[in-house]
This record gives sequence, C-alpha cells and structure tokens, in this order.
Amino acid sequence: MFERLYVMLMKEFLELRRDRWALFRLVVPLLIQMVVFGYAATFTVSHVATAVLDLDQSQASRELVSHFVATGRFDVVDVAGSQDRITSDIDSGRAVVAVVIHAGFARMLWNGQGAPLQVVVDGTNSNTALIALGYISQIVTQFQASNTIQSLSTRGGAAPLTISITLQPRPWFNEGLNDRWFFIPGVIGTLTLIQVVSLTAFAVVREREVGTLEQIMVSPIRPFEFILGKTVPFFLIGLGDVALVTAVGILWFRIPFVGSPTTMLLGATLFLLAALGLGLLLSTLSRTQQQAFALQFFLVNPLFILSGFAFPIAAMPQALQWFTLINPLRYFLVVIRAVFLKGIGIADLWPQLGAMALLGLAMLTLSILRFRNSLD
Amino acid sequence: MNLRRLLAMAFKETLQIWRDPRSLAIALLMPAMQMGLLGYGVSLDIKRVPLCVNDQENSQLSRTLVQKFVASDWFRIAETLPDERAVRGAMDRGACAGALTIPVNFSRTLTTTGTASVQVVFDATDANTTDIAIGYAQGAVALANQDVASQWLSGHGATAVLTGTVDLEPRVWFNEGLDSRNFIIPGVVAIILGLVGAQLTSLTVSREWERGTMEQLISTPVAALEVMLGKLIPYFLIGLFDAAFCLCTAAFWFQVPFRGGIGTLVLTTALFTLVVLGIGYLVSVRIRSQLGASQIALMLTMLPITLLSGYTFPLDQMPGPIRAVSLVVYARYYVSILRSVFLKGSGVGQLALPILALVLYAGAIIWIAARAFRKRLD
Repeated sequence: MFERLYVMLMKEFLELRRDRWALFRLVVPLLIQMVVFGYAATFTVSHVATAVLDLDQSQASRELVSHFVATGRFDVVDVAGSQDRITSDIDSGRAVVAVVIHAGFARMLWNGQGAPLQVVVDGTNSNTALIALGYISQIVTQFQASNTIQSLSTRGGAAPLTISITLQPRPWFNEGLNDRWFFIPGVIGTLTLIQVVSLTAFAVVREREVGTLEQIMVSPIRPFEFILGKTVPFFLIGLGDVALVTAVGILWFRIPFVGSPTTMLLGATLFLLAALGLGLLLSTLSRTQQQAFALQFFLVNPLFILSGFAFPIAAMPQALQWFTLINPLRYFLVVIRAVFLKGIGIADLWPQLGAMALLGLAMLTLSILRFRNSLD
Repeated sequence: MNLRRLLAMAFKETLQIWRDPRSLAIALLMPAMQMGLLGYGVSLDIKRVPLCVNDQENSQLSRTLVQKFVASDWFRIAETLPDERAVRGAMDRGACAGALTIPVNFSRTLTTTGTASVQVVFDATDANTTDIAIGYAQGAVALANQDVASQWLSGHGATAVLTGTVDLEPRVWFNEGLDSRNFIIPGVVAIILGLVGAQLTSLTVSREWERGTMEQLISTPVAALEVMLGKLIPYFLIGLFDAAFCLCTAAFWFQVPFRGGIGTLVLTTALFTLVVLGIGYLVSVRIRSQLGASQIALMLTMLPITLLSGYTFPLDQMPGPIRAVSLVVYARYYVSILRSVFLKGSGVGQLALPILALVLYAGAIIWIAARAFRKRLD
C-alpha cells in the first residue's frame, strides 16, 4: 500500500514541478492579496467628510464645531452658507454628515430651553452612519457636560444639581478597538480556504478531462490511496500558505499573537483537512473543469460571506445560522482569532476543533465514496 | 468582420453551452442561490448582544439599571455570573460579548457622592461590534440616569432647570431606518454579477486549447474579432438575464427602495456585464490551461470585488495606496452606481464619472482582448 501511495505522491509532485509557474502562482498572489486586503478590510469610522452650516455664529456654536473636529472622527470639508448647500453636499456625496446649528442656539442653550442641533447623516452606508451617530451623541454629551459645569460655576452653585451613573467600558483583548486585529486573522483563514479549494477542486476532474483517469483506473491503486495521494501535496502547500500569511500578519501588520503556535497548528491542520475534503468532493462531483470551477465559485463565496468574517453570524436569520454549522471557515475563524488575540487553548476551543475534524472526515469519506462510484 | 461568420461562431458557442446543461444550470441557478444566501446572510444589524451580568449589589437600583440594558433589544442576558472572577472564564469561552459588573456599594456611593460607576468588559475581538455595543451601553446608562435624576430631584423637592442642554435631532437620509440590508444588497447584486460573468467566460478559450478543438477553430476562416464577439454574445445574454433576476429580487423580494430610473439601470448594467465578460475572456485567451485560467479569474474577481469595491468596507477609510488600487477594481463603479440609483435616485447626469469609468474600462478590455487572441498554434 505504501509503495503505491508513494508512487502516487511522486506523480503529483512531478506534475507540480513541471508547471514552471506553479510556485509563482502559489506565493506571489497570496502575498499581494494578504497585504492589500489586510489594509482594505476595515470598518473604522474616522475623518468622516462633514459639512457645517453655522447660522448662529456665536462662541457656543464655534465651540461645538471644534468639539467635532477635535475627536479626529470628523473632517469639516465644507462650511456651507445655506440649507440648500447642505442638501447638495449630502446628495452629491461630498459630505456624509452635515451639522446644522440654527440661529439662537447660544441663547436657547443658556436660558435652559434645550438648544436644538440638527444633524443630517447619509444612511447609504448604514454601518458608518450608525457608528457616526454614536460618536456624535458622545460629542454632544461632552459638550453639554463642559457647559453645565460652566453654567453652574457662573451661578455660584456648589452642590451637585443632580446625580448620575458613569459607564466604564473596558474592551478586552483589543483595547484600542483596532479592527485590523479582527480582520487580518479573518483574511488569513479566507485566503487559505480559497487557495486550497481552488487547487483541489481540479484534482480529480482534470485527470478525467485530460484522459489520464483511465490510466489510473487500470493501475492497481485503490480509491482510498488515490484520494490520499491527491490530498497530501495540497495539504503541505496549504500548511505553507498558512505559515506564510500568518507571518505577514504578525511581522508586517503587527497583530499580537498571544496564543500558542501548537493550538494554531492543530487548528490549521483540521481546517485544511476540511477544506481539502470540500475541494475533492467538488472535484468528484464535476464532469468537466468548467463545472468544477463554477461549483467552486458558487460555494466559496457564500462560505466566505457566511463565516463571520465581517458579518456577525448572530445577525443572520436562524436558518442561515444552521447552514453556517457546516462551514469549516466559521470554526477556523473562531480558532485563529482566539489564538491571536485571546491566547486561549484547546480547553476552550475543543468544540470548534472537533467540528472541523468531523467535517473533514465526512467530506474526505464522501469524496472517496463518490470516486469509487465513478470508477464503475 | 463578417456577420455570417460571427453568427456561426455565436451559434457554435450557444450549442456548446446548451450541450453542457450542468454548467448552464449553474449559470442560471447560482444567482438565485447566492441572492438568497447573501441577501439574508449579510447583515450588520447588531441587536440583542449577549451580556453576562455580575450584579453584586442586587438592589432595586441595580436591577433597574440591568433592565435598561435589556430594553429596546440592545442586549440580552446570556448568563448571570456569581463573581468577578467568572468574567474572565465567560469571555474566554465566548459565552457573552460583554460583561456588566455592578459593585457592592453601588446605590450608597451614588446617593452620597453624586456619582457611581459600573463597568462593562467587552470582548473586543470584533472591534466593530464592540464599538456599536459601547454606544448601546452608553444609551442604557443614559436612560437609567434620566430615571435616577428625576427621582433624586423630586425626592429633594427640587425642580430642574438645567441649562446648557442640547437637543440632538439626528436625520438619516436615503436609508431612514439605517437598515443595513438596503446598504448591502445593491452591492451583493454587483458581486454576484461580477462572479458569474467572470466564471462564464474565463474558460471559454482555454477549453478549446485543452480539448484540442483550437486547431479546428484556427483552420476555419473565422477572424479573431469574430471569435471574441461570437463567444461573448451568448454569455452576454445569460449575464443580462442573471442581472435582471438579481435586480428584481433586490427590489421586489428584499424591498430595497428603488428611487432611480430604469434606463440608467439598464445602461449601466449592460456596461458592467460587458466589462466582466471581457475580463474573463481576456484571462481565458492569455492562459491556456483551464486550471491556471480559473485560478487567475478567481483571484482577480472574488476578493477584489468583495473587499475593494466599497460593498462592505468603505473605500474612503482605506490608506491612499489601497484606494489607488481600488480604482482598477471595476466593480467599485457599479456598486456605487447601483447604490445611488436605488437609494438616492440618481440619474445619468450625477453618475457621469463612474459611468465614464465603466465605458473606458469596457473599451480598453475589449480592445486588449481582441488583440490578445492570435490565430496561431505556438
């Protein structure tokens, strides 16, 4: 058995070596994608283009605007002269946020009426809008706080006018709320999945289309050995991929890696098994490379989108949440993020690791069965 | 250019599509499946964040405060923790995204000193969700403060005349309910069309090479331009069908408000389909093995389209060089066009810039692809 497996492996590696561009295609695009997407994937909301219409022109109104600018979250791109200008700023997309301070703002602020402040937000990007609104209400709260104290001290009152609870938010594992720390481990997992599935999806069907599958069928090799021979080289490539992109994440993007490399290796191994199983299954399900390719396009994108890479699984409808249970990327992302940021080990991660092992076994077995059927 | 030869080529390609019903089924069914999966799956609406509560005081006031967290569906209580040490374990296990700790002397500290603090620990692995959840927590505390303050004031027989308060009136335009679906679904349509289109044409020439039919094709009098157009026409029709299907699903099934004109939509969709098919064809011409062609096509489409088109990640937040790279990602123009046409109701005039970019793109791709194909065997 080992001899046949060895021959099969030799054949696979020879085929890889014959392809002069293979190494280039395996490494260079991966590195480029890692760097570009590492920078691209962010939900940060800062330097939002803001238009200001100050109809009050008082000290208070100018102070309020300076509160906006001071946070670094909002950049004033247009000091508008009229309400029409504000409308056209938002319509054309020149500004995403518009702050309108009506005449009489300062007067109403001091005589206790509650000064109205109008803020227009372009809701086209609902996420940016929601976060920007959160920042705006914080800024307004701060502005009020600084002014309440001022008004109290000018009236000479010493006793607290009212009492209040304060909130101390403590973000753990990522104190600076740097969302690159969240996305880069995700990019690592996604790139690995795409690379491995795209390599293995063609493994069997190419032999079929080129006509070499008949030759393999007449050789004494068993389906199990054939699939294993197809798996091992891609597994090694996949492991190399994970190591490469993880190194970029740590060394280039400076993402803290507080966990243990062993947990990471175990997670990557189980994930690769599942990804390889998926690719091989696709390959045995297709008759032509065109079909394998289409199937792969058809599957990888939902796997990527429905993995919790960017969109929280908890926000999905229940039926789709169940669907994500058969998605190996979903589990790997939990593992890889936990290893990078939380530093927890197998004791806490066994459900994810177990799920990936099960998925991998199931898909590899299915592809061996499918392959055996297709031999008859 | 000979119309008869062009039609013959288109007919041959149609026959080939027709004889591979599995691929055709994938081309027609894939958009439906993807619209279903992505349309429902892609949501950034963060609600009912799982919260662990460690209420060490358990007084009326502390319970009121917890109640404010659960109100308006911001948080849901996942677990009640016995002590502060349990917080770490719960966070490690991922049992909750936030843990609220109310200290023992909470009520007394509040009434004697006028202020008391509560702590919420967040699992900030997902920074975006945490950012939004912190906003929710602040909202909950603000609600509690209103109650506390009015009770305190009435208890002291005081009437509040607070000066220095600002009434914030937020107005959200174009997507009034801040529904993330309205923001994302037009992008999903662009992604699906980008993927389907590239998938359709990226193997069309390399397949001829690998199957050995290229020799036959070359020996016929058909010209390079006729091969290209002949191959593109049937796929263009499939692409338009897919586009119509996806756009109708977005507007009628997912109820994304459609405020623009049909004409703008048809024009830009046709342009985008042309660009996408052209790119696939170009890849196919340049790379003779189907494996290589598919890898390049996948690499050129899936991640660039999802990450650099502005469909989820705002382009204006990316560093300068990455923004520059995104200029060549053709999907970004179509994403911004679709979003404006749907939500803002923009017309051709306001969209002149992205439309021009698509026109240039289509022209350049077609020109390069036409020149890249040579009727030679070496």
